[in-house]
Amino acid sequence: MHGIRSKLTPYYLMLPGGLWLAIFFAVPIVMMIGLSTMTGNVISGFGETWQHFGNYVQGFTQYTPEWIRSAEYAGLGCLISIVLSYPIAYWIAFYGGSRKSTYLFLLLLPFFVSFVLRTIAWNYILGDQGLILGPLKHWGLIAPGFRVLATGSAVIIGIVYNYLPFMILPIYVALERVDPTVIEAGRDLYAGSATVFRKVVLPLSLPGVFAGVLLNFVPAASDYVNASVLGGTGNTMIGNIIYDQYFVVQNYPVQASLSFSLMGILLIGIFLYARALGTEEVLEAAAAI
Amino acid sequence: MSRRDLFRLGGAAAGGLALSGCAIPGLAKTVTPAQTRAEAARFWPKQKPTRQLSFANWASYIDPNHQSLKEFTKATGIAVSYSEVIEDDNSFYAKIDPIIRSGQATGYDIMVITDGFEFVDLVELQEVVPLDHAMLPTFSKNAIPSFKRSTFDPGNLYSVPWQSGMTGIAWNTKYVKEPITGLDALWDPKYKGKIGMMQDPQELANFGLFRLGIDPDHATEADWRKAANVLSAQRNAGFVRQYYDQSYLNALSQGDVWITMAWSGDIFQQNQSTGNNDLQFVVPAEGGTIWTDNMMIPKGAQNPVSAMKLMDWYYRPDIAAIVTENVQYIPACAPVRAVIEQDAKRKKGANGQTQATLKSLSSSPLIFPPQAELRRTRNYITPKDPKTAQTFKNIFNAITEV
Repeated sequence: MHGIRSKLTPYYLMLPGGLWLAIFFAVPIVMMIGLSTMTGNVISGFGETWQHFGNYVQGFTQYTPEWIRSAEYAGLGCLISIVLSYPIAYWIAFYGGSRKSTYLFLLLLPFFVSFVLRTIAWNYILGDQGLILGPLKHWGLIAPGFRVLATGSAVIIGIVYNYLPFMILPIYVALERVDPTVIEAGRDLYAGSATVFRKVVLPLSLPGVFAGVLLNFVPAASDYVNASVLGGTGNTMIGNIIYDQYFVVQNYPVQASLSFSLMGILLIGIFLYARALGTEEVLEAAAAI
Repeated sequence: MSRRDLFRLGGAAAGGLALSGCAIPGLAKTVTPAQTRAEAARFWPKQKPTRQLSFANWASYIDPNHQSLKEFTKATGIAVSYSEVIEDDNSFYAKIDPIIRSGQATGYDIMVITDGFEFVDLVELQEVVPLDHAMLPTFSKNAIPSFKRSTFDPGNLYSVPWQSGMTGIAWNTKYVKEPITGLDALWDPKYKGKIGMMQDPQELANFGLFRLGIDPDHATEADWRKAANVLSAQRNAGFVRQYYDQSYLNALSQGDVWITMAWSGDIFQQNQSTGNNDLQFVVPAEGGTIWTDNMMIPKGAQNPVSAMKLMDWYYRPDIAAIVTENVQYIPACAPVRAVIEQDAKRKKGANGQTQATLKSLSSSPLIFPPQAELRRTRNYITPKDPKTAQTFKNIFNAITEV
């Protein structure tokens, strides 16, 4: 009796978490897959036809530009984010001294405000007569018709801003872990500051960058708030299509097939990415924050 | 059989069950008005009065200090929990639909729904309670007759109007120096990139049809496609800056758009709150849209009797006037105009408005539209047949979805 109980203990311990995942993650996904091949409408109901994979074909053919645009905006967002984040993370890790946690806290402070409200605030900053463009237009430095809002640039700016901490934090964690004695050893071997950075610090911090890309690209590619608040005509991302198909058109099957496609593509992408760069390092660095 | 096999089998069974079981059931058959009245006659005698009520409404759609609700509580002893939870019809419907379908209570006893697709969905799927007209004496006495003969709910079987309004064109006089009278302005290359259009398929459809001189009430599917072409051309030429929801108002007052599709009451309110009269509004010569937001009782409501009392309460002229003086949309209660005229003479409004404001309110064609203006306005196109509705949505959603 005692033997059986101890054998089963791990399963019992796993039960709450396992049930949680099963109910709130697995079941909805299975239902979504089921829904994605159905046909029908809200009033007559939706029924399983088991063979209606046309929703998937439609999802990719009709919305090809939006798929490409999502990858483009998310990718560009990541690149800009790396360029902005690395120096900040570097400075905090090596020059932050005893105030490191204060700086990190300050970095996270704006994120106590709701995502949508923060994004709407950019409407005032980037407005045609707003904080930045208003004075520039007044002094005649840019054409009166110039605009940033309602363009792809505004959407990318929003994406970079909203996901920036998820780039800074993993890079910071990786840099923080760099053993100072390794840097000293480099110096002892007559390497200049630039060489030490290039040959010692940068390679050691790369897992952080890779993790940052993961944590930025995935939510950015499926984001819809930035495009709908800051974008104009022709800046729609795949997240907006999913939102519209669900709420406006009420075509639940197309919405489900698009969501599932997006999830599948991102999952496969993550696996390939992690395998190419070494699974352990990327996922560990991502888990560290 | 090992434990692992058992797990696998269980997983497969659960998966199969979920796949086949999650078909979303629809409507068995349509309900006739006679059946609805019979249903109401069965339902209402069983209901008991309660001392509370939960009211779901849109933001800024009632007098800000809730005087009209407080007086209701004083008069009836019913405590009202008022929440501004409705951002738009479609996301609110998506929230409550699964709850009502599964036979549970949404937690709301009254909700305000526009006469669009979601209104039809709620009625067709019998997700709302048919009203008890015996409890609506003030409504039947004071409601403007045209609101009792609405096309979307003839005889008010399921709804009574909250407020009504018009969709037209608004412009910012800081940037647009000419008076706007018609739809040409929304297709004017002069305003390229400074034109705002609405995201909602029903709003867009009417304006596309007006542009072509087609009456939305008699438009065919071929007409819809023609209208969609005109709207796509407008987008492709770069005229349209963005397809907006409620956020158009901010863009217009900031100068991000100069001219835009707009809702009548918003423009009046915005001018009042900023204190300057920068914004102007017109119902285009070619036609404009008139819509009505309606009070409805969701199925499963816990306090339906209280809900009926509140519906009737807002047809008392003094109470309806409090709301009109603050939200500045079209009231469905006929004597409101006289009350506001009286208030203007007494130099006080429900919320301390000035005499000038009240005078301009009582003479505003946007709040008390003259017959000539009403003749130019049309309702939304809301096909009842679900397949046609889907076609309509696909045609007009494709314009904003690019």
